[in-house]
Amino acid sequence: MNFGFEEEQELLRREIRKFLDEQCPIERVRSIAQDPDGYERAHWKQLAELGWLVLIVPEAYGGAGLSWIDAVVLFEETGRSLFPSPLVSTVLTGATIADLGSDDQKRRWLPGLADGSRIGTIAFLEEHDRVGAAGIQLRGQPSGDGFLLTGEKHFVADVEQADLWVVPFRVGESEDAIGLAVVEGEQNGISGRTLRSIDTTKRVGVLQLDAVRIGPEALLGRPGEAAPGFMRLLDRGAVAVTAEVIGAAEEALRITVEFAKQRVQFGHPIGHFQGVKHPLAEMYVEVESLKSLLYYAAWALEEDPELGPVAVSRAKAYAADAFTRIGIDGIQLHGGVGYTLEYDIQLYLKRSKWARSMYGDADYHHDRIAIARGL
Amino acid sequence: MDFSFAPEEDAFRQEVRDFLEENLPDPVPTTPEFLQEWNAKLREKRWVGFAWPKEEGGGGGTLIQQYILKEEMSARRAPPLGGDFMGLAWVGPALIRHGTEAQKKRFLSDILDSKSLWCTGYSEPDSGSDLASLKTRAVQEGEEYVVNGQKIWTSAAMQAKWIFNLVRTESSSRYGGITCLLIPMDTPGIEIRPIENLSGRAGFNEVFFTDVRVPVENRLGKEGEGWRVVMGALANERSGISESTEMTRKLDSLIDLARASSKAGRPALDDTSVRRELAAFDTGIEAMRLNGMRNLTRQLKGDPPSSETSVNKLLRGALEIRMAELSLEVLGSASQLDGPWQNASLSFHGTVIGGGTPNIQRNIIAERILGLPKD
Repeated sequence: MNFGFEEEQELLRREIRKFLDEQCPIERVRSIAQDPDGYERAHWKQLAELGWLVLIVPEAYGGAGLSWIDAVVLFEETGRSLFPSPLVSTVLTGATIADLGSDDQKRRWLPGLADGSRIGTIAFLEEHDRVGAAGIQLRGQPSGDGFLLTGEKHFVADVEQADLWVVPFRVGESEDAIGLAVVEGEQNGISGRTLRSIDTTKRVGVLQLDAVRIGPEALLGRPGEAAPGFMRLLDRGAVAVTAEVIGAAEEALRITVEFAKQRVQFGHPIGHFQGVKHPLAEMYVEVESLKSLLYYAAWALEEDPELGPVAVSRAKAYAADAFTRIGIDGIQLHGGVGYTLEYDIQLYLKRSKWARSMYGDADYHHDRIAIARGL
Repeated sequence: MDFSFAPEEDAFRQEVRDFLEENLPDPVPTTPEFLQEWNAKLREKRWVGFAWPKEEGGGGGTLIQQYILKEEMSARRAPPLGGDFMGLAWVGPALIRHGTEAQKKRFLSDILDSKSLWCTGYSEPDSGSDLASLKTRAVQEGEEYVVNGQKIWTSAAMQAKWIFNLVRTESSSRYGGITCLLIPMDTPGIEIRPIENLSGRAGFNEVFFTDVRVPVENRLGKEGEGWRVVMGALANERSGISESTEMTRKLDSLIDLARASSKAGRPALDDTSVRRELAAFDTGIEAMRLNGMRNLTRQLKGDPPSSETSVNKLLRGALEIRMAELSLEVLGSASQLDGPWQNASLSFHGTVIGGGTPNIQRNIIAERILGLPKD
């Protein structure tokens, strides 16, 4: 048993930190957030060269062949920097195609994701906002040797940045009877619309499908049997988001601790007062506990199919609640300046609003834990 | 990151399971005869003081083996490993680090054989959270110390044969003026007055010292080293893992209670808020277990036990409170009556306050880990 990162992973972390510190300090984050693109193309090219766009895709398909623990390291650091980019979406898309796709499909899509010429995302929610296979109501109309998809997918991350969308659709009545398709930007009938989001470092919107044709070559696995792969994809999404939460929450804590050491009132740095230092200690407890829960979940999801999903739910449920509190306390402990646009702490509050529901909120995951525990 | 156990660790787990299968009846008897026999069997296996060095009479077990042992024992609701709780938790580890050969010889085997019973003299009426301000005075006269003062909240003082007692030998130095004395409880001048706890039971005591004469050879460590002696033992005790197994047992009982109860005319376990609260407890306890394992990994890499253990003490405190409240909510109006759950909702306060209140743990994290200014 070893509950720690390997030397190579610490090395990877330093490399990522160096890239983000040099290329995307917080001033850059603020300016990219104002840009309609929502990310910096030069960054994307560099990420492709570093191999991080397809971190967990096997090397045979142009990926780096790394593990989900390595991905946790990557996302902790991008979360810490609030790095604006479709990176989470693209890594998940690549991992899903690598996991579920045929050899032909992998050869067709993975190199484009690897070299940065394509951006992928996952359209896993619909208007009613229900997570999981049961929430997939968009029905595939059988047509020839495939299907036609007409309808909308909602709350799609990076919907306009992407030109490769993983789209689940319904093929039968039973809860699990869903198919999984990869839709390409060149296809007819597809359009995305970005909505205004609270956290402008993240993009989210609606994907519209109008008689989009899904041929056999676009299907990941057999239609009607895609639910297990889809659920695994959601679990990995929850791991990725929780890793970003850890980095962001740890940075929010660091910023607030520094502020509490500098800001003097009543003749003392405010961090001297228990009304300030105790909530900071609670933030530390939550960040550390979240790390323990997530590292185990990321390991278990790959190594232990029985324990993996419930471990992921524990991590994401805890992340949703803890980061919500940390976002709020971060502002409150700053006092008046916390309410300004100038201070950075507000960026982390907004990020917590993005993270709480992403890949399932605390209620969704607590319900999953209850079922897994036989309640 | 690897959470799997080595083959020899799995083999050890099997050995513990086989032993329990063979030697622990279900339900577990509570007679003194059974406990005596049980302790003797554990002693033969060297599982009492399992992680103490072999040359001191312990089992020489690894930290991981000790974790496995405690986890399996707790899962089968076995009685504690050994009968002298304070001796095993505090006195033994302190003796191994700081004791003279004569002291080790005199005390260690009795602790391991459950022949001794130790209590600990820390808190005083005016020195609770601020323990280092303690005033019980010891003045050397020839080959003896003469002790005068008072201790409070001393558990098991009525039954104990010895007290592991902190005294002040020097008034000018706060930490450096504290010394540790080992005192027989039948020494003339010691008077014990039980204190009723809020459940009406005599759980702890006041201990008065009036001209109590203690041979200098009963000093543990050098004069002025008492604080170090105790803090080393304290960190040793708080790995935090065995606490999570204890909490798991509590949660299982709470789930049984919810299963057997009804709420608003429906089974309590069908109530969404009850289910989600139970899932959140499950998550918090898992966070404690995994935090403990992360601490273990740090210790295996050679880092000394640190203030990290305050994290689990805070998690536990919050869980104790919420779990007790949920039990009362599930009981409904019966929560007004006397009963085991109702009493547990009173007595958990002792566990949460003992060993340092939550606010003291927050101070430790804020000051020692986050580097905020001291009070």
